[in-house]
Amino acid sequence: MKILVLAKQVPDTATQVKISSNPRAIETAGVTWIVSPYDEFALEEALRIKEKRQGTEVVAVSLGPDRVKETIRSCLAMGADRAIHLNDPAWADADTLTTARALAAVIKQEAPDLVLTGRQAIDDDMGAVTAQVAEILGWPCASWIMEEAIADDGKTVRAGRQVEGGLEIFDLPLPAVLSAQKGLNEPRYPTLKGIMGAKKKEIRDVKAGDLGLAAEPPQLSLLTLEALPPRPPGRVIPGEVKEAVRELVKALREEAKVV
Amino acid sequence: MAGAFWCVVEDDRKGSPKKVMAEVIGEAARLSGGEVEAVWVTDKASDEGLKQLGEWGAKKVWLLENAALVPYRAEVWAPAIADLAQAQSPKAIFGPVTSRQRELIARLAARLGVGLAADCTALAMDGDTLVATRPVYAGKLLSKVTWAKAPWLATLRPNVFRPAETQAGRSAAVERPGVTFAGAKMKLVERREEAATGLPELTEAEIVLSGGRGMKGPENYVILEELAGILPNAAVGASRAAVDAGWRPHRFQIGQTGRTISPKLYLGFGVSGAIQHLAGMRTSKVIVAVNKDPEAPIFKIADYGIVADLFEVVPALKEEFKKLLEK
Ligand SMILES: Cc1cc2nc3c(=O)[nH]c(=O)nc-3n(C[C@H](O)[C@H](O)[C@H](O)COP(=O)(O)OP(=O)(O)OC[C@H]3O[C@@H](n4cnc5c(N)ncnc54)[C@H](O)[C@@H]3O)c2cc1C
Ligand SMILES: Nc1ncnc2c1ncn2[C@@H]1O[C@H](COP(=O)(O)O)[C@@H](O)[C@H]1O
Repeated sequence: MKILVLAKQVPDTATQVKISSNPRAIETAGVTWIVSPYDEFALEEALRIKEKRQGTEVVAVSLGPDRVKETIRSCLAMGADRAIHLNDPAWADADTLTTARALAAVIKQEAPDLVLTGRQAIDDDMGAVTAQVAEILGWPCASWIMEEAIADDGKTVRAGRQVEGGLEIFDLPLPAVLSAQKGLNEPRYPTLKGIMGAKKKEIRDVKAGDLGLAAEPPQLSLLTLEALPPRPPGRVIPGEVKEAVRELVKALREEAKVV
Repeated sequence: MAGAFWCVVEDDRKGSPKKVMAEVIGEAARLSGGEVEAVWVTDKASDEGLKQLGEWGAKKVWLLENAALVPYRAEVWAPAIADLAQAQSPKAIFGPVTSRQRELIARLAARLGVGLAADCTALAMDGDTLVATRPVYAGKLLSKVTWAKAPWLATLRPNVFRPAETQAGRSAAVERPGVTFAGAKMKLVERREEAATGLPELTEAEIVLSGGRGMKGPENYVILEELAGILPNAAVGASRAAVDAGWRPHRFQIGQTGRTISPKLYLGFGVSGAIQHLAGMRTSKVIVAVNKDPEAPIFKIADYGIVADLFEVVPALKEEFKKLLEK
């Protein structure tokens, strides 16, 4: 079985993100980059499938500039067998749809049985690429999965997706696309052996032209990034608990008018 | 009508649109000057539900009603709506951020080859174009985006947009277009309902009480549930520290790797306010923090704070709210 894991590089969740002198970009100096946390769940799930099914190959795929190599190496260190790096200036302004088209093109080339992704990339927080890749490929897709089991014959996967008020369990014929929600698993840390071994693993560089894709203007364009409007200063209500609580409830009713 | 703003209906799977649709329809009406139509994909729409859509301001309901459309599968719904959109040329297609529509509208955008702005918190017309504001980098920044061409596809964060008022006397024309449905590849095996808490869904609640590591153990959440029980439309959530400790199931986690909520009122109890927690609740209208530690970062974004032991504050709050709400 062949599994492709789509992994995006994003700023670390604890990073203070600042807008650069170009209002359409963030200041990248000093940013620590990580694999988007949900994509780590996706990769972990792929590695667990590989441990259960002999002869499974796990391929990490990432689209982004040169610095993405670092993220790809983390995926290889965790246990991916090889990687594909979609790296082309044509994708510098890629929106969700352009990204999905490029990823779908590489998936078509590789023809895996299963594609695993993250619920959303925690930089653009779009949560859309997964479904779009599935749409472009014409494959079934289950988003936000909390559990997954591939049938012994390798022809279907049973996946439970988190929905309001419960879990919906679906059977999907392979090939299919699944996106990982937190709670699916606990990702492993790379071992020293894994980190050393990663250096010898293959990373294939892919340009837009290799996929037969022409540069296209984005369908959704970013006008500006803005800082959050400051919240009005709050106040700590002093005093003994009963008194403070009474004042708080009064303020919620009369000032804030929320109860 | 060509040029109309479409709102894809999120329903309760029992034939009625969810309340969040009042927000989506209200916003679409403001932006379009009232040219709003609903698109409802269901196995059975109730007359009440159709009436409600009209009273919220939908001029027309495109009703795709067929047993084959249930359960929801984006691979069936997206082509059906896309075909209709190609025939009718709406200017925009909106839906609320729900587990279905986040996926559905994304697939629809790919099918139509247009842009998608997901999880918008503001929308405005700039001349002839629509500009969306959406939080990015876990809500640390806002981005303003616009579309290269129509239809403009967007999902709207619940509880952020002003809901349309129900106006008796307004009604929607119901149109049942002939559409062909794609066969579904995926099959629903079962739906596992969560143990009912008796409280509303976290993302739909108007008031959210969030318990962090300061709750000390799973047994103590009952005090938050009791407090939520006396408040109107209130739910109980948790921080990741509480979820990782196994005190609450993951579905209650608020934050970057949990749910994004935007209630009228958020109250944090024993939550420090880590940046990843703020990511999931910072668009709440009013934020209250209860924490023993005056230096806790949550006080930086709180509108009201009480520095005290939550185990003293919660019972006192219950008493005060009881007095207030029983009046
Ligand atoms: C990739 C990543 C993703 C993450 N995603 C999320 C997420 O989605 N959601 C999330 O919440 N976190 C997330 N986190 C974790 C986050 O960084 C924090 O660790 C977490 O939010 C802390 O939870 P807490 O505030 O409950 O606990 P703590 O930070 O331990 O805070 C507990 C607070 O309770 C107070 N307290 C203790 N006892 C009492 C009492 N009796 N009365 C009053 N106050 C009391 C203390 O003063 C303290 O401020 C993520 C982290 C990473 C790295
Ligand atoms: N540039 C990228 N490279 C690899 N995978 C990506 C990229 N962008 C998005 N993805 C995948 O699509 C998922 C959803 O991304 P998004 O729609 O941007 O929130 C991510 O969790 C990844 O699995």
